[in-house]
Amino acid sequence: MNSSKERRKVIKAGGGIGLLGLLAAAGLLPAGEALAQQQWNSGAFGTRNLADAVKALGGTPPTENKAIQITAPDIAENGLVVPVSVTSDIPKTESIAILVEKNPNLLSAVFEIPNGTDPFVSTRVKLAESTDVYALVKADGKYYFLKKEIKVTLGGCGG
Amino acid sequence: MTQDRRDFLRMIAAAAAAGLPLAQAEAAAAAGDGRFYDVPRFGNVSLLHFTDCHAQLLPLWFREPNVNLGVGVGRNRAPHLVGEVLLEAFGLRPGTREAYAFTSLDFSHVARSFGKVGGFAHLATLVKRLRASRPASLLLDGGDTWQGSATALWSRGQDMIEATRLLGVDIMTAHWEFTYGQDRVKEIVEKELAGKTEFLAQNIETRDFGDPVFKAWTMRELGGVPVAVIGQAFPYSPIANPRYLMADWTFGIQEERLQKYVDEARAKGAAVVVLLSHNGMDVDLKLATRVRGIDVILGGHTHDGVPKALEISNAGGKTVVTNAGSNGKFLAVMDIEVKGARMTGYRYKLLPVFSRLLPADNDMQQLIVRNRAPHAAKLSEKLAVTEGLLYRRGNFNGTFDQVMLDALMTVKGADLAFSPGFRWGTSILPGEAITFEHVMDQTAITYPYTTLTEMSGETIKSVLEDVCDNLFNPDPYYQQGGDMVRVGGMTYACEPGAKMGARISDLRLKGEPIVASKLYKVAGWAPVAEGAQGEPAWDILSQYLRDKKTLAPPRLNLPRLIGVEGNAGIAP
Repeated sequence: MNSSKERRKVIKAGGGIGLLGLLAAAGLLPAGEALAQQQWNSGAFGTRNLADAVKALGGTPPTENKAIQITAPDIAENGLVVPVSVTSDIPKTESIAILVEKNPNLLSAVFEIPNGTDPFVSTRVKLAESTDVYALVKADGKYYFLKKEIKVTLGGCGG
Repeated sequence: MTQDRRDFLRMIAAAAAAGLPLAQAEAAAAAGDGRFYDVPRFGNVSLLHFTDCHAQLLPLWFREPNVNLGVGVGRNRAPHLVGEVLLEAFGLRPGTREAYAFTSLDFSHVARSFGKVGGFAHLATLVKRLRASRPASLLLDGGDTWQGSATALWSRGQDMIEATRLLGVDIMTAHWEFTYGQDRVKEIVEKELAGKTEFLAQNIETRDFGDPVFKAWTMRELGGVPVAVIGQAFPYSPIANPRYLMADWTFGIQEERLQKYVDEARAKGAAVVVLLSHNGMDVDLKLATRVRGIDVILGGHTHDGVPKALEISNAGGKTVVTNAGSNGKFLAVMDIEVKGARMTGYRYKLLPVFSRLLPADNDMQQLIVRNRAPHAAKLSEKLAVTEGLLYRRGNFNGTFDQVMLDALMTVKGADLAFSPGFRWGTSILPGEAITFEHVMDQTAITYPYTTLTEMSGETIKSVLEDVCDNLFNPDPYYQQGGDMVRVGGMTYACEPGAKMGARISDLRLKGEPIVASKLYKVAGWAPVAEGAQGEPAWDILSQYLRDKKTLAPPRLNLPRLIGVEGNAGIAP
């Protein structure tokens, strides 16, 4: 498969920026927590990282997978603390990451899932505005994702 | 019965006097006599349902909307039908009392012909009649019961608790109830309602440990048939209303938990599973495609008076979805046939409560009068006379909202004003006096503060975009119910079918474009932020009306709509 064609397809599927960050994150996952931490904070998730990210993935970008479940509110009650849980039913799940498309730092959390552990994680993320939230799962060396829109609203006016 | 016959004869006489041919007069009168409420019983289990009465204990006027646009899958589908299209879709005839109840057509005129609607004393009579022929029945209250009137606010819901207890409500769920604060709600549920009314909400849990706050569901034996009722409170209460009033609780739609309860109810032998819902009809219609095993969703929140039930298919079979209007104007009757431990058929009727056709129930009348007595003088103060029809409902504005906006701008000295798109609030006919009670019908909330804020043009646009998405997001799960924020002083264009952030354009103040970076003085009320202060909205509105004495018909400030041609949710 032509890699630039594949890339275009991925960008389309993921909706631009969100997927760029997603790919970057995916590429960095295997690098270990310390390195990951350093890389996330560098804020270098611009377009120029896309090629690197795809390369780091060995040319196989993450695919959407419904065996991942994201449990999170459709509309956040409080954008400062939004509960997000992720379950992966994909066999041999090794790690789960949570990424927020519109946050300045895309990556909110990475969880390593040791062998024999339930692939279920739960945390709270901070959202400034309505955004897609991605769950990225590494399983058996491959990457999968699922996204969910969480709306952050001014509130009021209902009823 | 004698009274009904008297009514009948009087109507015949009046019609004949008016020159109607006798046959026609008889037909007209027959449609309006006591037999209107002779609903033949069907099946073996019955559910009576009312919702969103907004604490309206007395008969009232309530004009339904002529703008209730549907987007996405909701376009041109109930509940997003208004006026003549609605009548046609449900087989109702123009000019009838049903047309008066379900639409806004010729409202000021037909209202006088058919009289006021609702009133708990009249509702009580209807409930008693229907239950007399339906021993295996439940009376269900969908919530928004404790808020919406002066007496409810001043008694912190107490007058409504007494009225619903007397009415014989078996089960309820809630939304605006929470705006009295979580402690008051708990106090009422544990002390006032215990042993009388079950308060159900499967979708509320504690913010810290995720413990259930209320009972999620209940099983009732009705004539030997086990019927499960699950409660669904308004999922976005802490967003649409102040979160600090329910700070320890978290809500949401909670589909997975709901599915678990449905399955649990079935496993325990429920022949019929009912969801008593305050989701809003669009959310219920989506939920019915996704959750399996619910027979009936009796819905509220969006105040949609939908004459028939809609049947929705899902992986588990079919779910019947209803919405029963607001303000005590309707009582829904869902008769269910159960054979072989499952629902095999139903008959649904949404009965308008015509106060003239139903004598007041004595006990209920006495209770209402007793609870009003200490406030009667204050409530009946006449502030002004209105020359035009005052109402609130409609996606973008209502004449009563316009009065509120005019009052806010005048009293606060603002460039423009915002008023929330609440769907409650009674109507007033041309020529009638506006009393302080009417003002409270529009403003009786626990956070009535009026505010004056400096906002940039950019912020003003983002506020409009935000609220507009709560109304017109094509995915109902991202809608909050309620209508568009009402805007005074500023004109704008709105394209409901556009994407979030692109619906609002052409914002102008006195014809001049709003500048993104410029600051404007914006008046508003009902802030959801904690610590907000300001003169209560009812004082501002009363002051404005007292100064006016005679209120000319308000000039509605409506946005220029884009892309709504062919949408059946808008009528003249």
